[in-house]
Amino acid sequence: MKVEQISIFIENKSGRLAEVTRILGDAGVNIRALSLADTSDFGILRLIVDQTDKAKDVIKAEGFTVSKTEVVAVEVPDRPKGLSGILDVLDAGKVNVEYMYAFVERCGENAVIIFRFDNTEEAIKVLLDNGINVLKGERVCQM
Amino acid sequence: MIWNDEFETLPREALASLQLKRLQQTLQRVYASVPFYRESFQKANITPDSIKSLQDMEKLPFTLKQDMRENYPYGLFAAPLDQIVRIHASSGTTGKPTVVGYTRRDIKNWAEMMARSFSAAGAHAGDVIHNAYGYGLFTGGLGAHYGAEEIGASVIPMSGGNTKKQIMIMKDFGSTVLTCTPSYCLFLAEAALEEGIDIRDLPLRVGIHGAEPWSEQMRDEIEEKLGIKAIDIYGLSEILGPGVGIECIEAQNGLHIWEDHFIPEIIDPESGEVLPHGERGELVITTITKEGIPLIRYRTRDITRIIPDACVCGRTHLRLERMSGRSDDMLIIRGVNVFPSQIESLLMQIEGVEPHYQLLVDRDGNLDTLEVHVEVNEKMFSDEIKVLQGLSREIRSQIKDILGVTCEVRLVEPKTIARSEGKAQRVIDNRNKS
Amino acid sequence: MSRIWDPKNECLGRDELTALQLSRLKDTLQRVYANIPCYKDKFDTYGVQVDSVRSLDDLQKLPFTTKEDLRLNYPYGMFAVPLKDVVRIHSSSGTTGKPTVVGYTRNDLNNWTELTARFMTAAGVGPEDIVHIAFGYGLFTGAFGLHYGAERIGASVIPMSSGNTDKQIMIMQDYRSTALVCTPSYALTIADRMEKSSKGIKSLSLKVGLFGAEPWSEEMRKEIESRLDIVATDNYGLSEVMGPGVAGECLNRSGMHIFEDHFIPEIIDPDSGEVLPPGSIGELVLTCISKEAFPMIRYRTRDITCLDYEPCACGRTHVRMRKTMGRSDDMLIIKGVNVFPTQIEEILFQVEGCEPHYQLILDRDGSIDTLEVQIEVNERIFFDEMKRQREFVNKIEKKLASALGVGATVKLVEPSSLKRHEGKAQRVIDNRKT
Repeated sequence: MKVEQISIFIENKSGRLAEVTRILGDAGVNIRALSLADTSDFGILRLIVDQTDKAKDVIKAEGFTVSKTEVVAVEVPDRPKGLSGILDVLDAGKVNVEYMYAFVERCGENAVIIFRFDNTEEAIKVLLDNGINVLKGERVCQM
Repeated sequence: MIWNDEFETLPREALASLQLKRLQQTLQRVYASVPFYRESFQKANITPDSIKSLQDMEKLPFTLKQDMRENYPYGLFAAPLDQIVRIHASSGTTGKPTVVGYTRRDIKNWAEMMARSFSAAGAHAGDVIHNAYGYGLFTGGLGAHYGAEEIGASVIPMSGGNTKKQIMIMKDFGSTVLTCTPSYCLFLAEAALEEGIDIRDLPLRVGIHGAEPWSEQMRDEIEEKLGIKAIDIYGLSEILGPGVGIECIEAQNGLHIWEDHFIPEIIDPESGEVLPHGERGELVITTITKEGIPLIRYRTRDITRIIPDACVCGRTHLRLERMSGRSDDMLIIRGVNVFPSQIESLLMQIEGVEPHYQLLVDRDGNLDTLEVHVEVNEKMFSDEIKVLQGLSREIRSQIKDILGVTCEVRLVEPKTIARSEGKAQRVIDNRNKS
Repeated sequence: MSRIWDPKNECLGRDELTALQLSRLKDTLQRVYANIPCYKDKFDTYGVQVDSVRSLDDLQKLPFTTKEDLRLNYPYGMFAVPLKDVVRIHSSSGTTGKPTVVGYTRNDLNNWTELTARFMTAAGVGPEDIVHIAFGYGLFTGAFGLHYGAERIGASVIPMSSGNTDKQIMIMQDYRSTALVCTPSYALTIADRMEKSSKGIKSLSLKVGLFGAEPWSEEMRKEIESRLDIVATDNYGLSEVMGPGVAGECLNRSGMHIFEDHFIPEIIDPDSGEVLPPGSIGELVLTCISKEAFPMIRYRTRDITCLDYEPCACGRTHVRMRKTMGRSDDMLIIKGVNVFPTQIEEILFQVEGCEPHYQLILDRDGSIDTLEVQIEVNERIFFDEMKRQREFVNKIEKKLASALGVGATVKLVEPSSLKRHEGKAQRVIDNRKT
C-alpha cells in the first residue's frame, strides 16, 4: 500500500535541479510526480519515479545525498469536497499530515494525492477502514 | 594624564632592577607551589637561583597553552583556592577552556593597570564609559569595568550584542568613552546611521579597542566615522586580560606594556631564540606580580616587535607595535578566539555529523562573519525540512553556546568542500582580501 | 547557624534602628528636595514641607514615586548627584521602549556590596566558597550585586553569566562550585539536565543556592533542595531601589530580612494607597535612606507581600518580608526578566504591516519559562515562499529578543483564531503554575 519516494538534498543554487533531471533522463528514468520544498539555502526535491532503486543509485553515484521515504498515494474523487472528505477522515483518526502534493492522473477522472504521515501504517488503516482508495505502489510508479 | 606617575615613568635602570627582583620572587613562588614549574625547571636543570640577571631569562623553559590544558582546571594556580577571589576562562584549543584565577591583589593590580590604560587613552573621572565588551568568563568586560570604576568614571555595563539598544543608550545616556572591538565600533557607527543618528554629533570622545587585530586604515576610518580618538589596547586572559598594554593618546604609536608587572620578549617562533629589540617575532610574556596564576615565558602566539625609542608621553615602559598576526591557527572572530579544532570536536559530538566542514570567515561591512559549511551525508539527511533546519539550528546554537560566536550554518552537498591533496581546506579567511 | 556579616547594624535594637532611620530619612528628604526637581515639585504640590517630617509616621504624608515618574524623568532626571559622582549606571525594563535608569556613587556601590555580603553570609557563604554566578551580566543589576558581595566576603567568583546550561554544568563540575546564584527556575533546569546526564548530581560540589529575580514557592524550594541536594535561600531586590540585597533570608528561612538601616518598608493597599497595619498583605513600598545617587521616596514596588516584626531566632533585628505573592500591575516575570505587555505591543506596531492581533502565551517547559507570541496572519504578512515567511518570523523574534532581553517564539496563526474576551483580545495567557 505504500509508495516509495526518493528525496534529494539540493543546494539552493542555479543548475542543481536541471542536473538531477538530466541524470535521471540519461538513465532512462521517468518522473511520475514531484514536489520541491524550498528554504533560503537548500531545498528538498521529492520524486516518485518508475524505477526507484535505479534512480536512487544513479543520483547517489553523482554525489548527491538521497533518501528513500514511504508515502501514501490516495485517489481523490474529482468533485467538490473530494479532498475534504479524506482529510476529515484523517483528522477523526488523529493522523497528522507532514506534507502532501497532488498530481492529475493522465487518463483517469480522478486526482492522486501523495501524503506523508507521521504514522504511515496507522494512516493506511484509517483510510482503508473508511473505504478510501489507497493506490498500490507499483500502480503509481507505472502510471 | 599619567595615572601612576611613580611607576609609569620609572627610569629604565630602576625598572630593570625592580623587574629582576620581582622575577626572582615569582620564580621562587612558582617553584615552591606549582608542581608543573618545579618539574619543568628541573628538566631544564635550573633552579630559581640560577636566574641572576634579566638576560638569564633565556634559560627558562616556555609555557604553552597546551600546558594549561594539561593542568586543567587549577593545576597552574600558585595560590590556594581560598585566596582566589575570581576565576575567568578563555578559549582552549578543544572543548575545555583555559582557566585563570586571581587573588584579591591580582584584581587590585588589574584594576590599576586598566586605570593606567584608561588614563593613557585620555579618559577621566567625569567620563561616562560605555563598556560593550562581553561580560562573563571572558576577561574583556569585567577587566575594563574595574578599571573604569577605579578612575571614578560612570560605568555603563552594556556587555556585547543588541546594537539598537547600545545606540539608544549611547545617545540617551551621553556616553563619552566606548570600549569594544574595533570592528564592532564601525558596525555600531553604521547601524546608528541607519537609525538616523550620526555618532559624530554625540558626546562620544574616545574609543578603546582591542581583542582583535586591526590596522591603521581601520583606525582612520573609526576616527573619521565616529569623530573620536581610537586607541589600541592589548591583553590576553592567560596573562591578565585587557590592560597588559595600551597606546598613549599623545603618540598613538605602539602599546606601552606595563613593565613593572610584565617582562616582554620577542622570539623567533620556529627556533625559540630571543630576537633583539626592533625585530619582528612572537611575543613572550612573563608575569612578575601575579599571585593566582603566574606564567613564566608564556608564548602568546601574537606577532609584533618592540619599538625601541623613548615615547613623547613621558612613560618609560617599552612599546609594542600593533599585533600583526598569529603564529598558530587561532582565528579571532568579532573579538572571540576560535580554534578550528574546537569546532571540529563540536561537530563530532552532534550525532550524525561527520566533520566534513569548512569555516568561511569574511567581513560584512565591518563585522566579521563566520559561515560553517557542513556536508550533508545520508545519516543526517531527512526528507523533512524541519528536521534539517533543526540540525543546522542545533549546530549554530552549539557553536554559539560553546565558542561564544554567532555563525551561519549552511548544509551543503557532499564532496562540495574543496579539498587540497585529499585533505579538506578547513579555513578560508577572506577578511584581508579587500 | 551562619555568621552575621555586620552584627552592629544587623542586630540594632528597635529604638536605635528607628532613630537611625529617622535621621537618615530627614537627610535624604533634604537632599532630594534640593537636588531633584521632580521631588521638589511633588512635595510642593502636596504641600509637604521637608521639615514637617518629624517621625517615621510622618512618612505617610509624602507622595509615592512610581515607575511612571522614572519614565518621565528619563534618563538622569531622578539623579540627586552630578554625573561625575556617579560611578555606575544600570537599567531595568521600562513599561515601553525606554528602560528605567539608575545610578550609583562610590558610597552607593560600597553599601550595595555590604548588603549583598550580608545576605550571602546569612545564607552560609564564606571565603572558602566558589560562587558560580549564572545571572546575566550587563545592565541588569542581578549579577553585579552578588558578584561584588561575594568578592567582599572573599569567596572565589566565577562570573559565568547566563545561558548555555551544558557549559554551566561542566564548569560547576570541573571548578567545583559550592554556591549557585541564579533564578530558582534555572536551578531546576540544571537539575533536569544533571539527572539526564551520566555523572548525576553527585558530580557537583554545591552546598547552597541563592535564588532570586522571580517569585517562587515553598514547594519549589523543597524540590530544588531535594533534587540538587543543597540549601536553597531566597533574596529580594529591585533595580529602582538598589538591586539584589534589599532583603535576604537567614538560615531560619522564615522571611527575608529587609536591611532597615538602608530602607524603610511600608505595606499599602494598592488601590487606596493607605498604609496597612503590620501583618497585612498588600503592596510593598520602599524608601531609600542611604542612597546618594538615586534615592527613591516611597517607591511603589508593585510586589505583594506582608511584613513580620517578630524577633527572629538568628539574632537579626530587621523586619522580615514574606516571599512575594504576586504583582499589583500587569508586569510579567519571564526567566527572571521583567516584561510588560505594552513593550511587546509597541514592537509589533513597529514591524511593518503587523497589526497587533496578538496573544502572549506563557508556559513552563520542564522548569524553563517559555514565551510564545501568537500573531494573527493577515494578507500583508502572508508570503507564498516559505523562506520569506520564515524571515518575517525571524525578524520579529530578533526584535523581541533585543528589546525584551528574553527569547520568544513567534507563531503565526490564522486570522480571528485568537480568543477574544467580550470583543477585546485577551493579551496574556499564563499557564505557569507558581
